[in-house]
Amino acid sequence: MSPDEVAGELRSGMTIGIGGWGSRRKPMALVRAILRSGLRDLEVVSYGGPDVGLLIAGGHVRRVVCGFVSLDTIALEPHFRLARQQGTVELTELDEGMLHWGLLAAAHRLPFLPIRAGLGSDVPRMNPQLRTVRSPYADGEELIAMPALRLDAALIHLNRCDAAGNGQYLGLDPYFDDLFCLAAGRAFVSCERIVPTAGLLESGPPQSLLVNRAMVDGVVECLGGAHFTSCVPDYGRDEAFQARYAAAAADAGGWQRFRAEYLAGDEASYQQAVRRFADSQASDTEPAAPP
Amino acid sequence: MTTPAPGRPPGPGVSPAMDGKKVPIAEGGPSRAEVCVVACAEAWRGDGAILASPMGLIPALGARLARLTFSPRLLLSDGEAYLLAPPDPGARPGADGAGPVIEGWLPYRSVFTMVAAGLRHVMMGAAQIDRFGNQNISCIGDWARPKAQLLGVRGAPGNTINHPVSYWVPRHSRRVFVERADLVSGIGYDRAAALGPQAARFHELRVVVTNLAVLDFQTPDRSMRLRSVHPGVTAGDVTAATGFPLAAADGVPATRLPTAQELALIRGQLDPDGLRDRELA
Repeated sequence: MSPDEVAGELRSGMTIGIGGWGSRRKPMALVRAILRSGLRDLEVVSYGGPDVGLLIAGGHVRRVVCGFVSLDTIALEPHFRLARQQGTVELTELDEGMLHWGLLAAAHRLPFLPIRAGLGSDVPRMNPQLRTVRSPYADGEELIAMPALRLDAALIHLNRCDAAGNGQYLGLDPYFDDLFCLAAGRAFVSCERIVPTAGLLESGPPQSLLVNRAMVDGVVECLGGAHFTSCVPDYGRDEAFQARYAAAAADAGGWQRFRAEYLAGDEASYQQAVRRFADSQASDTEPAAPP
Repeated sequence: MTTPAPGRPPGPGVSPAMDGKKVPIAEGGPSRAEVCVVACAEAWRGDGAILASPMGLIPALGARLARLTFSPRLLLSDGEAYLLAPPDPGARPGADGAGPVIEGWLPYRSVFTMVAAGLRHVMMGAAQIDRFGNQNISCIGDWARPKAQLLGVRGAPGNTINHPVSYWVPRHSRRVFVERADLVSGIGYDRAAALGPQAARFHELRVVVTNLAVLDFQTPDRSMRLRSVHPGVTAGDVTAATGFPLAAADGVPATRLPTAQELALIRGQLDPDGLRDRELA
């Protein structure tokens, strides 16, 4: 599939889960495809990073379900900050562990899972739909009943896949990408490279095969598909570009220019514009040639 | 013991050696940042083989110092997914294998499990904290439409209900130490008490370390208490910078000074470039 074909499978009003963590291994090419779509009123479930920020900036999001929206090296995602302070996006604010538990409940087709996190904090006040549950055993302990976070669709990005949807992460952290896929009605995986099934174990050990084809409905090959977030070991975070993104987000004029320069065309033109940016950075920092 | 001094010691504290590497000079009184590093380290005293999770540079230096000295069984992560073995987890593993030894794998899903299992003691920041230790890192103003969106609750609710928590506040002020937090991310002792002894049985706020003082909750009603003041700071300085009445014993002691060994470790091994001073700037 292409990124735009994945976006074509989504519908306005859907609940979309996005894998990765902060500014790490985000399916950014799929997010950019949504930016080119007419999708609206999405509910986005994410350990949020620039995926959430870009979708908010593009006007595609009704509600964010998250524990944070961060660029890691920049503590707070600038579009998310602005949208919150202007009141233009709804928010389900959860403890990070509660989000994990909601995905796990949905993956296991359970209505909820009990968790201690959230008790006594303002999370229940911010989420009046949350209920507690009492242990039916002798302890009788009362816990938060974290509801399943069921997703209409999940979008994740991995290092390698085969064409059937067996997917592999080669970095250090699987994040929660397998749970996002299992929690979703349909799951779409973009990857740096599609390889023959027999080639998967050339890159990593069997335990790096995070998702299998029973969990995946479509595969997209997209080199640089996580840019500007990290996709180690294929590439690290593009900190210079992320700084450019965050600076542009700080004012409306700057953001219009950023959109025109990077987001007006398709994925190929985005990657071309990124190469121009990298070249300009390199020429800025090259030392003067010796005489 | 060296003379207490509130600021940086006279002189640069480090000098270039023949090979260009910075070598610590053992003399010179401890700086405020160094007192803070040791005060943060003290938060983990007595902790066994649990994950120490410091947020911020000075807490990170403190956790590493604690493991190098009086809490050798602590586990420390590299901030990604590795647990790094002693003696020093400061650097990323080197390609030549010269870097620190990896002793474990700790992706985020395992961090959550360690949290729920209670095998962790975190030192978090606080945009606001009240007299019972209710902490806010989420937003300032009304949550529905905040004046300032901050980090969100992140892991603070789960941390505070599951395992020991301490706080680090690099700028002690009435903006941070407030009568009432706008929103409660990490729960304090009054809220823990309201939950009852069963739900709150794992709740423990250890200390609050600031640029001025060390505070704790060792009072009959578990409200915040001034435990010690850093050299050059008076109890009056601390109460003036605190937006609620602060319990303080007569004759508040001074925060203990770094030992010569601790100073040598901080200056020579943990933070040879002196980045610790910037966190207090």
